[in-house]
Amino acid sequence: MTGKNDRPGSTPTREEQERRRRGRSIAIALALAAMAALFFITTIVRLGGNVAERAF
Amino acid sequence: MSVEALGSAASVGDYLQLLKPRVMSLVVFTAFVGLTLAPGTVHPWVAAVAILCILIGAGAAGALNMWYDADIDALMARTALRPVPRGRVKPGEALAFGLFLAGTSVFMLGTLVNWMAAGLLAFTIFFYVAIYTMWLKRRTVQNIVIGGAAGAFPPMIGWTAVTGSLDLASLTLFLVIFVWTPPHFWALSLYRTGDYARAGVPMLPVVAGTEETRRQILIYSVVMLPVSVLPAVAGVAGSLYAGSAILLSGLFLVLAHAVWRDSDGRLANRAAKRLFGYSLFYLFALFLMLLVERGLSIAPFAPVRGFLS
Repeated sequence: MTGKNDRPGSTPTREEQERRRRGRSIAIALALAAMAALFFITTIVRLGGNVAERAF
Repeated sequence: MSVEALGSAASVGDYLQLLKPRVMSLVVFTAFVGLTLAPGTVHPWVAAVAILCILIGAGAAGALNMWYDADIDALMARTALRPVPRGRVKPGEALAFGLFLAGTSVFMLGTLVNWMAAGLLAFTIFFYVAIYTMWLKRRTVQNIVIGGAAGAFPPMIGWTAVTGSLDLASLTLFLVIFVWTPPHFWALSLYRTGDYARAGVPMLPVVAGTEETRRQILIYSVVMLPVSVLPAVAGVAGSLYAGSAILLSGLFLVLAHAVWRDSDGRLANRAAKRLFGYSLFYLFALFLMLLVERGLSIAPFAPVRGFLS
């Protein structure tokens, strides 16, 4: 995932910078969504049948 | 908006590189073996979550190591193209990324699996970053001998994710990696001596010379033979593993002997490279045999009396 102007010390163009920032933003959004799903599914898995069987 | 105002020049790929993907793969594999061998059962989903947390934790340690070591990484051919010395990721970004991942992985492992495993993961990250990277690496020739412990913890974390406790049996898996680490890195440093000397890292060949390094590699290879059989003694592994361990460690010893014998020129370099390559295969094969044994339902030996009590 290297950009065109990727020699050490070189400054990427504005378009390239924007493209990379967008990439980072999407990656953060996906990671957050995955984390929320992970916590939800794991909670369900760990509770198992205990929710239905609990005494009131 | 100016280029500066857009902030970081790093791509997602640069951040992924901070996690040291190749180290992660070995960490995940050994953690998975520890998790599989541990007595007791755990839901497959929870097991997968535990492995994911260990993966993220290992990545965090890698990122923090790259943050701290950027100055010496820039001086070594093997590491000069890492994202921080190359200027793609700023040191502060690598630090924040590493700290965030470290906190997240420990918190997730604690809340979703168990806190004993989370504590061990936190200790492993701390050990790798603070004890090895910040303290030992630049100060003592024993840097990778002690620092190697960080790479040896993952199978114990995997084990603890199932049992919720620290068991002596899992310590044998730790010891296998712990004793393997020095000869593995010293074989590499034998043909990268110039790199380490330029960066001022006191690796054994730089400080004590290549002759002494060859001798130490041979000594550790002799010790590896009995240590690799310990999982069988502790009742973690059975006959297939024990036989494979003796064979694999025997071949390690043969290659280490070649390194010790061939101390000159191209022949010496070739022997060191061959041992380094084999050492990677060795650890992978050893842990794979533990898995194969479980897959074939080969029963582990009964623990030797007195070993675990």
